Amino acid sequence: MSDRCECGVVQQVATGDRAILPEGAKTIPIYVMGKRYEVPETLTIMKAMEYAGFKFLRGAGCRGGICGACPTVYRKEGDYKLYFGLACQTVVEPNMYLAQIPFYPANRAVYEIEEIEPSGEAIYALYPELFRCVACNNCTKACPMGVEVLDYISAIKQGDIAKAAQLSFDCIQCGLCASRCMGELPQYHIAQLARRIYGRYIQPGADHLKRRVEEIEGGKYDEMLDRLTRMSHGELEKLYKEREREPDLAPPGTWMPKETQYL
Amino acid sequence: MKVSYYPGCTLKTKAKNLEESAISSMTALGVELEELPRWNCCGAVHSLAEDDLIHHVAPVRDLIRAMERGSSRLVTLCSMCYNTLARANRIMREDEVKRKTINEFMREEKDYRGEVEVVHFLNFLRDEVGWEKVVERVKRPLDGLRVAGYYGCTLVRPREVAIGPPGHPEILDEFLRAIGAVPVDYAGSNLCCGSYQIVANPEAAVDAVSRILGGAVGAGVDAMVISCPLCEFNLSGSQKGLLEDGRISREVPLFYFTQLLAVALGLEEGACRFDLNDRVAVDLLRSRNLVHC
Repeated sequence: MSDRCECGVVQQVATGDRAILPEGAKTIPIYVMGKRYEVPETLTIMKAMEYAGFKFLRGAGCRGGICGACPTVYRKEGDYKLYFGLACQTVVEPNMYLAQIPFYPANRAVYEIEEIEPSGEAIYALYPELFRCVACNNCTKACPMGVEVLDYISAIKQGDIAKAAQLSFDCIQCGLCASRCMGELPQYHIAQLARRIYGRYIQPGADHLKRRVEEIEGGKYDEMLDRLTRMSHGELEKLYKEREREPDLAPPGTWMPKETQYL
Repeated sequence: MKVSYYPGCTLKTKAKNLEESAISSMTALGVELEELPRWNCCGAVHSLAEDDLIHHVAPVRDLIRAMERGSSRLVTLCSMCYNTLARANRIMREDEVKRKTINEFMREEKDYRGEVEVVHFLNFLRDEVGWEKVVERVKRPLDGLRVAGYYGCTLVRPREVAIGPPGHPEILDEFLRAIGAVPVDYAGSNLCCGSYQIVANPEAAVDAVSRILGGAVGAGVDAMVISCPLCEFNLSGSQKGLLEDGRISREVPLFYFTQLLAVALGLEEGACRFDLNDRVAVDLLRSRNLVHC
Protein backbone atom coordinates (compact mmCIF):
# COMPACT_ATOMS: atom_id res chain seq x y z
CA MET A 1 0.00 0.00 0.00
CA SER A 2 1.37 3.42 -0.87
CA ASP A 3 2.38 5.74 1.97
CA ARG A 4 1.81 8.81 -0.14
CA CYS A 5 -1.37 10.40 -1.17
CA GLU A 6 -1.59 13.02 -3.87
CA CYS A 7 -4.44 14.83 -2.23
CA GLY A 8 -2.36 15.29 0.91
CA VAL A 9 -5.27 14.62 3.22
CA VAL A 10 -4.86 10.93 4.03
CA GLN A 11 -1.88 10.20 6.23
CA GLN A 12 0.36 7.18 6.53
CA VAL A 13 -1.91 4.15 6.89
CA ALA A 14 0.25 1.03 6.94
CA THR A 15 2.42 -0.04 9.80
CA GLY A 16 3.32 -3.44 11.17
CA ASP A 17 1.62 -6.46 9.66
CA ARG A 18 -1.68 -4.80 9.11
CA ALA A 19 -2.88 -1.59 7.55
CA ILE A 20 -4.23 0.96 9.98
CA LEU A 21 -7.02 3.11 8.68
CA PRO A 22 -6.67 6.87 8.76
CA GLU A 23 -9.18 8.63 10.92
CA GLY A 24 -12.55 9.10 9.28
CA ALA A 25 -11.94 6.57 6.48
CA LYS A 26 -15.11 4.75 5.57
CA THR A 27 -15.32 0.99 5.90
CA ILE A 28 -17.91 -1.45 4.67
CA PRO A 29 -18.75 -4.98 5.79
CA ILE A 30 -17.93 -7.87 3.48
CA TYR A 31 -18.15 -11.59 4.16
CA VAL A 32 -15.21 -13.73 3.18
CA MET A 33 -16.08 -17.43 3.31
CA GLY A 34 -18.91 -16.52 5.62
CA LYS A 35 -17.02 -14.38 8.10
CA ARG A 36 -17.64 -10.68 8.40
CA TYR A 37 -14.80 -8.20 7.94
CA GLU A 38 -14.85 -4.42 7.93
CA VAL A 39 -12.75 -3.23 5.04
CA PRO A 40 -12.08 0.18 3.49
CA GLU A 41 -14.43 0.92 0.62
CA THR A 42 -12.94 1.36 -2.88
CA LEU A 43 -10.47 -1.50 -2.40
CA THR A 44 -10.46 -4.45 -4.76
CA ILE A 45 -11.52 -7.78 -3.31
CA MET A 46 -7.89 -8.87 -3.27
CA LYS A 47 -6.64 -5.83 -1.40
CA ALA A 48 -9.61 -5.96 0.95
CA MET A 49 -8.81 -9.57 1.81
CA GLU A 50 -5.20 -8.66 2.43
CA TYR A 51 -6.37 -5.79 4.57
CA ALA A 52 -8.48 -8.27 6.51
CA GLY A 53 -5.43 -10.39 7.18
CA PHE A 54 -5.46 -12.96 4.39
CA LYS A 55 -2.15 -13.75 2.76
CA PHE A 56 -2.13 -15.13 -0.76
CA LEU A 57 0.24 -17.99 -1.40
CA ARG A 58 -1.93 -19.12 -4.33
CA GLY A 59 -4.86 -17.38 -5.93
CA ALA A 60 -2.96 -14.21 -6.79
CA GLY A 61 -0.71 -13.60 -9.72
CA CYS A 62 -0.38 -10.61 -11.99
CA ARG A 63 -2.81 -8.38 -10.04
CA GLY A 64 -3.56 -6.82 -13.40
CA GLY A 65 -6.60 -8.79 -14.54
CA ILE A 66 -4.92 -11.04 -17.05
CA CYS A 67 -3.35 -14.11 -15.37
CA GLY A 68 -6.58 -15.77 -14.28
CA ALA A 69 -5.33 -16.77 -10.82
CA CYS A 70 -7.90 -14.96 -8.67
CA PRO A 71 -11.41 -15.85 -9.90
CA THR A 72 -13.96 -15.04 -7.24
CA VAL A 73 -17.60 -15.93 -6.80
CA TYR A 74 -19.87 -13.69 -4.82
CA ARG A 75 -23.44 -12.90 -3.99
CA LYS A 76 -25.02 -9.67 -2.89
CA GLU A 77 -27.35 -9.38 0.04
CA GLY A 78 -30.93 -10.18 -0.89
CA ASP A 79 -30.06 -11.15 -4.48
CA TYR A 80 -30.34 -14.77 -5.65
CA LYS A 81 -27.90 -14.25 -8.49
CA LEU A 82 -24.33 -15.45 -8.49
CA TYR A 83 -21.73 -12.91 -9.54
CA PHE A 84 -18.24 -13.58 -10.80
CA GLY A 85 -15.13 -11.47 -11.03
CA LEU A 86 -11.40 -11.34 -10.65
CA ALA A 87 -10.40 -10.45 -7.08
CA CYS A 88 -7.72 -8.08 -8.35
CA GLN A 89 -10.18 -6.16 -10.54
CA THR A 90 -13.48 -6.18 -8.69
CA VAL A 91 -14.18 -3.47 -6.14
CA VAL A 92 -15.80 -4.52 -2.87
CA GLU A 93 -19.44 -3.71 -2.26
CA PRO A 94 -21.20 -3.59 1.10
CA ASN A 95 -22.48 -6.98 2.26
CA MET A 96 -21.02 -9.02 -0.54
CA TYR A 97 -20.47 -12.67 0.27
CA LEU A 98 -17.45 -14.01 -1.51
CA ALA A 99 -15.11 -16.92 -1.91
CA GLN A 100 -12.15 -17.34 -4.17
CA ILE A 101 -11.94 -20.32 -6.51
CA PRO A 102 -8.23 -20.20 -7.36
CA PHE A 103 -8.29 -23.63 -8.96
CA TYR A 104 -11.03 -25.80 -10.37
CA PRO A 105 -10.32 -29.38 -11.43
CA ALA A 106 -10.79 -29.85 -15.19
CA ASN A 107 -9.35 -32.61 -17.32
CA ARG A 108 -6.87 -31.50 -19.91
CA ALA A 109 -6.32 -33.86 -22.81
CA VAL A 110 -2.81 -34.82 -23.87
CA TYR A 111 -2.02 -34.38 -27.56
CA GLU A 112 0.86 -33.76 -29.91
CA ILE A 113 -0.01 -30.61 -31.82
CA GLU A 114 2.21 -31.57 -34.76
CA GLU A 115 0.32 -34.84 -35.20
CA ILE A 116 -3.19 -33.51 -34.82
CA GLU A 117 -5.70 -33.31 -37.67
CA PRO A 118 -6.92 -29.69 -37.88
CA SER A 119 -10.61 -30.56 -37.72
CA GLY A 120 -13.51 -30.61 -35.32
CA GLU A 121 -13.20 -34.40 -35.24
CA ALA A 122 -9.79 -34.20 -33.57
CA ILE A 123 -11.25 -32.05 -30.80
CA TYR A 124 -14.27 -34.35 -30.39
CA ALA A 125 -11.95 -37.33 -29.98
CA LEU A 126 -9.98 -35.60 -27.23
CA TYR A 127 -12.98 -34.01 -25.53
CA PRO A 128 -16.05 -36.17 -26.24
CA GLU A 129 -17.78 -34.51 -23.28
CA LEU A 130 -18.36 -31.53 -25.60
CA PHE A 131 -21.61 -33.19 -26.58
CA ARG A 132 -22.87 -33.14 -23.01
CA CYS A 133 -23.49 -29.39 -23.41
CA VAL A 134 -27.16 -28.53 -22.96
CA ALA A 135 -26.75 -24.85 -23.88
CA CYS A 136 -27.69 -23.76 -20.36
CA ASN A 137 -25.32 -20.79 -20.78
CA ASN A 138 -24.02 -20.94 -17.19
CA CYS A 139 -20.48 -20.81 -18.62
CA THR A 140 -21.06 -17.48 -20.34
CA LYS A 141 -22.74 -16.07 -17.26
CA ALA A 142 -19.74 -17.09 -15.14
CA CYS A 143 -17.02 -15.63 -17.35
CA PRO A 144 -15.28 -12.66 -15.71
CA MET A 145 -13.87 -11.66 -19.10
CA GLY A 146 -17.21 -11.49 -20.90
CA VAL A 147 -16.30 -14.30 -23.29
CA GLU A 148 -19.27 -15.86 -25.09
CA VAL A 149 -18.35 -19.32 -23.86
CA LEU A 150 -21.49 -21.09 -25.09
CA ASP A 151 -20.98 -19.56 -28.53
CA TYR A 152 -17.43 -20.86 -28.84
CA ILE A 153 -18.43 -24.31 -27.59
CA SER A 154 -21.19 -24.24 -30.22
CA ALA A 155 -18.70 -23.16 -32.89
CA ILE A 156 -16.49 -26.16 -32.06
CA LYS A 157 -19.47 -28.50 -32.31
CA GLN A 158 -20.09 -26.94 -35.72
CA GLY A 159 -16.49 -27.67 -36.71
CA ASP A 160 -15.66 -23.95 -36.93
CA ILE A 161 -12.27 -23.83 -35.21
CA ALA A 162 -11.40 -20.35 -36.46
CA LYS A 163 -14.58 -18.90 -34.99
CA ALA A 164 -13.97 -20.69 -31.68
CA ALA A 165 -10.41 -19.36 -31.55
CA GLN A 166 -11.59 -15.82 -32.17
CA LEU A 167 -14.50 -15.98 -29.73
CA SER A 168 -12.31 -17.40 -26.96
CA PHE A 169 -9.39 -15.03 -27.51
CA ASP A 170 -9.95 -13.12 -24.24
CA CYS A 171 -10.03 -16.30 -22.13
CA ILE A 172 -7.59 -16.17 -19.20
CA GLN A 173 -8.07 -19.83 -18.20
CA CYS A 174 -9.50 -19.03 -14.78
CA GLY A 175 -11.82 -22.05 -14.91
CA LEU A 176 -15.04 -20.43 -13.70
CA CYS A 177 -16.84 -21.71 -16.82
CA ALA A 178 -15.91 -25.28 -15.93
CA SER A 179 -16.98 -24.74 -12.33
CA ARG A 180 -20.52 -23.93 -13.44
CA CYS A 181 -20.97 -26.44 -16.26
CA MET A 182 -23.91 -28.84 -16.13
CA GLY A 183 -22.26 -31.08 -18.69
CA GLU A 184 -18.94 -31.10 -16.81
CA LEU A 185 -17.01 -29.72 -19.78
CA PRO A 186 -13.54 -28.23 -19.32
CA GLN A 187 -14.40 -25.36 -21.68
CA TYR A 188 -11.22 -23.39 -21.27
CA HIS A 189 -8.98 -26.33 -22.09
CA ILE A 190 -11.08 -27.14 -25.15
CA ALA A 191 -10.82 -23.52 -26.29
CA GLN A 192 -7.07 -23.56 -25.81
CA LEU A 193 -6.83 -26.60 -28.06
CA ALA A 194 -8.96 -24.80 -30.66
CA ARG A 195 -6.65 -21.78 -30.53
CA ARG A 196 -3.57 -23.98 -30.81
CA ILE A 197 -4.98 -25.75 -33.85
CA TYR A 198 -5.93 -22.38 -35.28
CA GLY A 199 -2.45 -20.99 -34.72
CA ARG A 200 -0.67 -24.06 -36.02
CA TYR A 201 -2.80 -24.95 -39.06
CA ILE A 202 -5.41 -22.34 -39.95
CA GLN A 203 -4.12 -18.83 -39.34
CA PRO A 204 -1.98 -17.71 -42.28
CA GLY A 205 1.69 -17.54 -41.27
CA ALA A 206 3.55 -14.22 -41.37
CA ASP A 207 6.34 -14.42 -43.96
CA HIS A 208 8.48 -11.74 -42.34
CA LEU A 209 8.35 -13.57 -39.02
CA LYS A 210 9.34 -16.84 -40.66
CA ARG A 211 12.29 -15.16 -42.36
CA ARG A 212 13.40 -13.52 -39.13
CA VAL A 213 13.25 -16.80 -37.21
CA GLU A 214 15.35 -18.40 -39.94
CA GLU A 215 17.89 -15.61 -39.66
CA ILE A 216 18.09 -15.96 -35.90
CA GLU A 217 18.38 -19.74 -36.07
CA GLY A 218 20.94 -19.36 -38.85
CA GLY A 219 23.17 -17.43 -36.44
CA LYS A 220 22.90 -14.00 -38.05
CA TYR A 221 22.79 -12.26 -34.67
CA ASP A 222 25.08 -14.54 -32.65
CA GLU A 223 28.19 -12.47 -33.30
CA MET A 224 26.45 -9.17 -32.46
CA LEU A 225 25.11 -10.60 -29.24
CA ASP A 226 28.55 -11.89 -28.28
CA ARG A 227 29.98 -8.44 -28.91
CA LEU A 228 27.36 -6.88 -26.64
CA THR A 229 27.89 -9.36 -23.81
CA ARG A 230 31.67 -8.75 -23.90
CA MET A 231 31.25 -4.96 -23.55
CA SER A 232 32.00 -3.13 -20.34
CA HIS A 233 29.29 -1.24 -18.52
CA GLY A 234 30.67 2.04 -19.81
CA GLU A 235 30.79 0.88 -23.41
CA LEU A 236 27.24 -0.41 -23.23
CA GLU A 237 26.00 2.83 -21.74
CA LYS A 238 27.70 4.83 -24.49
CA LEU A 239 26.26 2.59 -27.18
CA TYR A 240 22.80 2.91 -25.69
CA LYS A 241 22.95 6.69 -25.40
CA GLU A 242 24.23 7.09 -28.94
CA ARG A 243 21.81 4.65 -30.51
CA GLU A 244 19.75 5.78 -33.44
CA ARG A 245 16.16 6.25 -32.50
CA GLU A 246 13.03 6.52 -34.62
CA PRO A 247 11.46 9.97 -34.11
CA ASP A 248 8.34 9.68 -31.97
CA LEU A 249 5.86 10.87 -34.55
CA ALA A 250 7.51 9.53 -37.70
CA PRO A 251 4.83 8.25 -40.09
CA PRO A 252 5.02 4.45 -40.36
CA GLY A 253 7.53 3.19 -42.91
CA THR A 254 9.26 6.51 -43.48
CA TRP A 255 12.25 6.15 -41.13
CA MET A 256 15.30 4.00 -41.69
CA PRO A 257 18.39 3.85 -39.46
CA LYS A 258 21.76 4.70 -40.98
CA GLU A 259 23.23 1.58 -39.48
CA THR A 260 21.52 -1.34 -41.24
CA GLN A 261 23.60 -4.31 -40.11
CA TYR A 262 21.08 -5.22 -37.40
CA LEU A 263 18.07 -5.29 -39.70
CA MET B 1 -37.05 -13.72 -50.79
CA LYS B 2 -35.01 -14.16 -47.61
CA VAL B 3 -35.75 -16.51 -44.76
CA SER B 4 -33.97 -17.30 -41.50
CA TYR B 5 -32.26 -20.63 -41.53
CA TYR B 6 -30.99 -22.99 -38.84
CA PRO B 7 -28.39 -25.46 -40.17
CA GLY B 8 -27.52 -27.71 -37.21
CA CYS B 9 -24.08 -28.99 -36.23
CA THR B 10 -24.00 -32.09 -38.43
CA LEU B 11 -24.69 -30.09 -41.59
CA LYS B 12 -21.52 -28.14 -40.84
CA THR B 13 -19.41 -31.26 -40.33
CA LYS B 14 -20.50 -34.69 -41.63
CA ALA B 15 -23.41 -33.68 -43.82
CA LYS B 16 -22.10 -30.76 -45.86
CA ASN B 17 -23.67 -32.45 -48.88
CA LEU B 18 -27.09 -31.85 -47.32
CA GLU B 19 -26.48 -28.19 -46.55
CA GLU B 20 -24.52 -27.04 -49.58
CA SER B 21 -26.91 -28.59 -52.10
CA ALA B 22 -29.85 -27.06 -50.23
CA ILE B 23 -28.43 -23.53 -50.13
CA SER B 24 -27.43 -23.61 -53.80
CA SER B 25 -30.83 -24.95 -54.81
CA MET B 26 -32.68 -22.28 -52.87
CA THR B 27 -30.47 -19.60 -54.41
CA ALA B 28 -31.37 -20.97 -57.84
CA LEU B 29 -35.03 -20.75 -56.84
CA GLY B 30 -34.64 -17.14 -55.73
CA VAL B 31 -34.61 -17.76 -51.98
CA GLU B 32 -31.76 -16.73 -49.71
CA LEU B 33 -31.38 -18.91 -46.64
CA GLU B 34 -30.00 -16.55 -44.02
CA GLU B 35 -28.13 -18.54 -41.40
CA LEU B 36 -28.73 -17.34 -37.84
CA PRO B 37 -25.58 -15.46 -36.82
CA ARG B 38 -25.64 -17.14 -33.42
CA TRP B 39 -26.95 -20.62 -32.79
CA ASN B 40 -26.20 -23.65 -30.67
CA CYS B 41 -26.91 -27.36 -30.93
CA CYS B 42 -30.65 -28.05 -31.23
CA GLY B 43 -30.44 -30.61 -28.44
CA ALA B 44 -30.51 -33.47 -31.00
CA VAL B 45 -33.14 -35.54 -29.19
CA HIS B 46 -36.41 -34.30 -27.75
CA SER B 47 -36.65 -35.30 -24.12
CA LEU B 48 -39.93 -36.96 -23.25
CA ALA B 49 -39.57 -36.85 -19.48
CA GLU B 50 -42.18 -34.48 -18.07
CA ASP B 51 -39.80 -32.89 -15.59
CA ASP B 52 -36.71 -32.75 -17.80
CA LEU B 53 -36.93 -29.17 -18.97
CA ILE B 54 -33.22 -28.50 -19.18
CA HIS B 55 -33.04 -30.40 -22.47
CA HIS B 56 -35.51 -27.96 -24.05
CA VAL B 57 -33.27 -25.01 -23.26
CA ALA B 58 -31.00 -25.54 -26.27
CA PRO B 59 -33.76 -25.52 -28.94
CA VAL B 60 -35.61 -22.67 -27.21
CA ARG B 61 -32.42 -20.60 -27.16
CA ASP B 62 -32.15 -21.08 -30.93
CA LEU B 63 -35.75 -20.00 -31.39
CA ILE B 64 -35.02 -16.89 -29.32
CA ARG B 65 -32.08 -16.16 -31.63
CA ALA B 66 -34.50 -16.23 -34.56
CA MET B 67 -37.02 -14.06 -32.71
CA GLU B 68 -34.31 -11.52 -31.87
CA ARG B 69 -33.73 -11.05 -35.59
CA GLY B 70 -37.40 -10.38 -36.10
CA SER B 71 -37.94 -13.65 -37.96
CA SER B 72 -41.38 -15.14 -37.87
CA ARG B 73 -40.16 -18.32 -39.55
CA LEU B 74 -37.13 -20.51 -39.13
CA VAL B 75 -36.37 -22.96 -41.92
CA THR B 76 -34.41 -26.06 -41.09
CA LEU B 77 -33.28 -29.14 -42.97
CA CYS B 78 -32.01 -31.91 -40.74
CA SER B 79 -34.93 -34.08 -39.64
CA MET B 80 -33.72 -34.28 -36.07
CA CYS B 81 -33.16 -30.55 -35.72
CA TYR B 82 -36.58 -29.97 -37.20
CA ASN B 83 -38.19 -32.35 -34.74
CA THR B 84 -36.40 -30.99 -31.67
CA LEU B 85 -37.00 -27.36 -32.54
CA ALA B 86 -40.64 -27.86 -33.51
CA ARG B 87 -41.48 -29.86 -30.39
CA ALA B 88 -39.76 -27.42 -28.04
CA ASN B 89 -41.67 -24.67 -29.82
CA ARG B 90 -44.97 -26.42 -29.11
CA ILE B 91 -44.13 -26.63 -25.43
CA MET B 92 -43.41 -22.90 -25.35
CA ARG B 93 -46.70 -22.18 -27.08
CA GLU B 94 -48.97 -24.55 -25.24
CA ASP B 95 -47.64 -25.36 -21.80
CA GLU B 96 -47.84 -22.31 -19.61
CA VAL B 97 -46.10 -23.85 -16.61
CA LYS B 98 -43.15 -25.20 -18.58
CA ARG B 99 -42.89 -21.97 -20.57
CA LYS B 100 -42.66 -19.98 -17.37
CA THR B 101 -40.02 -22.28 -15.87
CA ILE B 102 -37.88 -22.25 -19.02
CA ASN B 103 -38.15 -18.48 -19.44
CA GLU B 104 -37.27 -17.98 -15.78
CA PHE B 105 -34.21 -20.16 -16.15
CA MET B 106 -33.08 -18.21 -19.21
CA ARG B 107 -33.38 -14.82 -17.60
CA GLU B 108 -30.55 -13.40 -19.65
CA GLU B 109 -32.70 -13.89 -22.77
CA LYS B 110 -35.94 -12.32 -23.89
CA ASP B 111 -39.07 -14.21 -22.86
CA TYR B 112 -40.24 -16.57 -25.57
CA ARG B 113 -43.81 -17.68 -26.19
CA GLY B 114 -43.51 -19.55 -29.47
CA GLU B 115 -43.45 -16.49 -31.71
CA VAL B 116 -41.36 -18.24 -34.37
CA GLU B 117 -42.70 -20.90 -36.74
CA VAL B 118 -40.37 -23.84 -37.36
CA VAL B 119 -40.63 -24.88 -41.01
CA HIS B 120 -39.00 -27.84 -42.66
CA PHE B 121 -37.27 -27.15 -45.98
CA LEU B 122 -39.70 -29.46 -47.80
CA ASN B 123 -42.75 -27.57 -46.52
CA PHE B 124 -41.12 -24.29 -47.40
CA LEU B 125 -40.42 -25.59 -50.88
CA ARG B 126 -44.03 -26.66 -51.35
CA ASP B 127 -45.81 -23.77 -49.64
CA GLU B 128 -43.58 -20.78 -50.34
CA VAL B 129 -41.73 -21.63 -53.53
CA GLY B 130 -44.36 -23.97 -54.91
CA TRP B 131 -43.99 -27.15 -56.97
CA GLU B 132 -44.94 -25.26 -60.13
CA LYS B 133 -41.97 -22.99 -59.80
CA VAL B 134 -39.70 -25.94 -59.08
CA VAL B 135 -41.00 -27.69 -62.22
CA GLU B 136 -40.46 -24.51 -64.20
CA ARG B 137 -36.84 -24.18 -63.03
CA VAL B 138 -35.88 -27.81 -63.61
CA LYS B 139 -33.23 -27.95 -66.32
CA ARG B 140 -32.20 -31.55 -66.05
CA PRO B 141 -35.28 -33.64 -65.17
CA LEU B 142 -34.40 -36.96 -63.55
CA ASP B 143 -36.34 -38.76 -66.23
CA GLY B 144 -37.49 -42.14 -65.19
CA LEU B 145 -35.27 -42.39 -62.12
CA ARG B 146 -37.23 -44.56 -59.69
CA VAL B 147 -36.73 -43.07 -56.26
CA ALA B 148 -37.92 -44.11 -52.81
CA GLY B 149 -38.66 -41.26 -50.43
CA TYR B 150 -37.62 -42.13 -46.90
CA TYR B 151 -39.10 -40.11 -44.03
CA GLY B 152 -37.96 -42.15 -41.05
CA CYS B 153 -39.40 -41.03 -37.72
CA THR B 154 -38.63 -37.47 -37.00
CA LEU B 155 -40.24 -35.82 -40.02
CA VAL B 156 -43.54 -37.53 -39.39
CA ARG B 157 -43.76 -38.28 -35.68
CA PRO B 158 -45.41 -37.17 -33.48
CA ARG B 159 -48.43 -36.04 -35.50
CA GLU B 160 -48.33 -32.53 -33.99
CA VAL B 161 -45.10 -31.72 -35.82
CA ALA B 162 -45.41 -34.08 -38.81
CA ILE B 163 -44.54 -32.46 -42.14
CA GLY B 164 -47.43 -34.32 -43.77
CA PRO B 165 -50.51 -36.30 -42.77
CA PRO B 166 -49.39 -38.92 -40.22
CA GLY B 167 -49.16 -42.39 -41.70
CA HIS B 168 -49.55 -41.10 -45.20
CA PRO B 169 -47.16 -38.26 -45.97
CA GLU B 170 -46.91 -37.50 -49.67
CA ILE B 171 -44.61 -34.53 -49.69
CA LEU B 172 -41.51 -36.44 -50.78
CA ASP B 173 -43.49 -38.04 -53.62
CA GLU B 174 -44.69 -34.60 -54.72
CA PHE B 175 -41.13 -33.35 -54.55
CA LEU B 176 -39.82 -36.27 -56.61
CA ARG B 177 -42.47 -35.73 -59.27
CA ALA B 178 -41.58 -32.04 -59.45
CA ILE B 179 -37.97 -32.84 -60.29
CA GLY B 180 -38.95 -35.42 -62.89
CA ALA B 181 -38.29 -38.57 -60.90
CA VAL B 182 -40.72 -41.42 -60.38
CA PRO B 183 -41.68 -41.85 -56.71
CA VAL B 184 -41.83 -45.48 -55.72
CA ASP B 185 -44.16 -46.75 -53.03
CA TYR B 186 -42.50 -49.30 -50.76
CA ALA B 187 -42.88 -50.75 -47.28
CA GLY B 188 -40.56 -48.92 -44.96
CA SER B 189 -40.73 -45.21 -45.79
CA ASN B 190 -41.96 -44.44 -42.27
CA LEU B 191 -39.94 -47.04 -40.37
CA CYS B 192 -37.28 -46.04 -37.89
CA CYS B 193 -33.68 -46.42 -39.06
CA GLY B 194 -32.58 -47.57 -35.62
CA SER B 195 -31.39 -44.13 -34.66
CA TYR B 196 -28.90 -44.07 -31.77
CA GLN B 197 -29.40 -47.79 -31.21
CA ILE B 198 -26.56 -48.07 -33.72
CA VAL B 199 -24.26 -47.28 -30.79
CA ALA B 200 -25.78 -49.21 -27.89
CA ASN B 201 -27.55 -52.01 -29.75
CA PRO B 202 -26.21 -52.16 -33.31
CA GLU B 203 -27.94 -55.46 -34.12
CA ALA B 204 -31.35 -53.86 -33.64
CA ALA B 205 -30.39 -50.90 -35.81
CA VAL B 206 -29.06 -53.12 -38.60
CA ASP B 207 -32.28 -55.16 -38.48
CA ALA B 208 -34.26 -51.96 -38.88
CA VAL B 209 -32.12 -50.85 -41.82
CA SER B 210 -32.49 -54.28 -43.39
CA ARG B 211 -36.29 -53.91 -43.43
CA ILE B 212 -36.10 -50.44 -44.98
CA LEU B 213 -33.55 -51.25 -47.67
CA GLY B 214 -35.12 -54.67 -48.30
CA GLY B 215 -38.46 -52.98 -48.94
CA ALA B 216 -36.87 -50.51 -51.34
CA VAL B 217 -34.94 -53.20 -53.23
CA GLY B 218 -38.09 -55.29 -53.46
CA ALA B 219 -39.93 -52.37 -55.02
CA GLY B 220 -37.21 -52.05 -57.64
CA VAL B 221 -35.97 -48.57 -56.76
CA ASP B 222 -32.95 -46.95 -58.38
CA ALA B 223 -32.24 -44.72 -55.41
CA MET B 224 -33.50 -43.44 -52.09
CA VAL B 225 -33.74 -39.87 -50.80
CA ILE B 226 -33.43 -38.89 -47.15
CA SER B 227 -33.38 -35.76 -45.02
CA CYS B 228 -31.49 -36.89 -41.94
CA PRO B 229 -27.76 -37.35 -41.32
CA LEU B 230 -28.37 -39.99 -38.66
CA CYS B 231 -30.59 -42.01 -41.04
CA GLU B 232 -27.84 -41.59 -43.61
CA PHE B 233 -25.24 -42.88 -41.16
CA ASN B 234 -27.28 -45.97 -40.35
CA LEU B 235 -28.55 -46.74 -43.85
CA SER B 236 -25.27 -46.11 -45.57
CA GLY B 237 -23.11 -47.68 -42.90
CA SER B 238 -25.06 -50.92 -42.71
CA GLN B 239 -25.47 -51.57 -46.44
CA LYS B 240 -22.21 -53.39 -47.12
CA GLY B 241 -22.66 -55.78 -44.18
CA LEU B 242 -26.24 -56.53 -45.16
CA LEU B 243 -25.14 -57.23 -48.72
CA GLU B 244 -22.36 -59.55 -47.56
CA ASP B 245 -24.78 -61.40 -45.30
CA GLY B 246 -27.21 -61.80 -48.18
CA ARG B 247 -29.93 -59.86 -46.36
CA ILE B 248 -30.29 -57.45 -49.27
CA SER B 249 -29.57 -58.34 -52.88
CA ARG B 250 -27.96 -55.06 -53.92
CA GLU B 251 -26.93 -51.67 -52.60
CA VAL B 252 -29.36 -48.77 -52.74
CA PRO B 253 -27.81 -45.44 -53.80
CA LEU B 254 -28.62 -42.87 -51.11
CA PHE B 255 -28.98 -39.12 -51.62
CA TYR B 256 -30.08 -36.21 -49.55
CA PHE B 257 -33.21 -35.00 -51.34
CA THR B 258 -31.57 -31.62 -51.80
CA GLN B 259 -28.80 -33.20 -53.86
CA LEU B 260 -31.27 -34.50 -56.43
CA LEU B 261 -32.95 -31.09 -56.38
CA ALA B 262 -29.63 -29.46 -57.21
CA VAL B 263 -29.00 -31.95 -60.01
CA ALA B 264 -32.45 -31.32 -61.47
CA LEU B 265 -31.97 -27.55 -61.27
CA GLY B 266 -28.85 -28.03 -63.37
CA LEU B 267 -26.48 -26.72 -60.72
CA GLU B 268 -22.77 -27.35 -60.83
CA GLU B 269 -21.75 -30.68 -59.42
CA GLY B 270 -19.54 -28.96 -56.85
CA ALA B 271 -22.69 -27.67 -55.15
CA CYS B 272 -23.90 -31.23 -54.59
CA ARG B 273 -20.82 -32.48 -52.72
CA PHE B 274 -21.14 -36.00 -54.10
CA ASP B 275 -17.64 -36.58 -52.73
CA LEU B 276 -19.39 -37.21 -49.40
CA ASN B 277 -21.76 -39.85 -50.82
CA ASP B 278 -21.08 -43.51 -51.36
CA ARG B 279 -19.57 -44.41 -54.72
CA VAL B 280 -22.67 -46.32 -55.76
CA ALA B 281 -24.69 -43.10 -55.65
CA VAL B 282 -22.38 -41.18 -57.94
CA ASP B 283 -22.11 -44.18 -60.28
CA LEU B 284 -25.88 -44.24 -60.69
CA LEU B 285 -26.10 -40.58 -61.69
CA ARG B 286 -23.18 -40.94 -64.04
CA SER B 287 -24.74 -43.97 -65.71
CA ARG B 288 -27.88 -41.89 -66.28
CA ASN B 289 -25.80 -39.06 -67.67
CA LEU B 290 -27.01 -36.76 -64.90
CA VAL B 291 -23.55 -35.91 -63.60
CA HIS B 292 -20.09 -36.10 -65.07
CA CYS B 293 -17.90 -36.11 -61.97
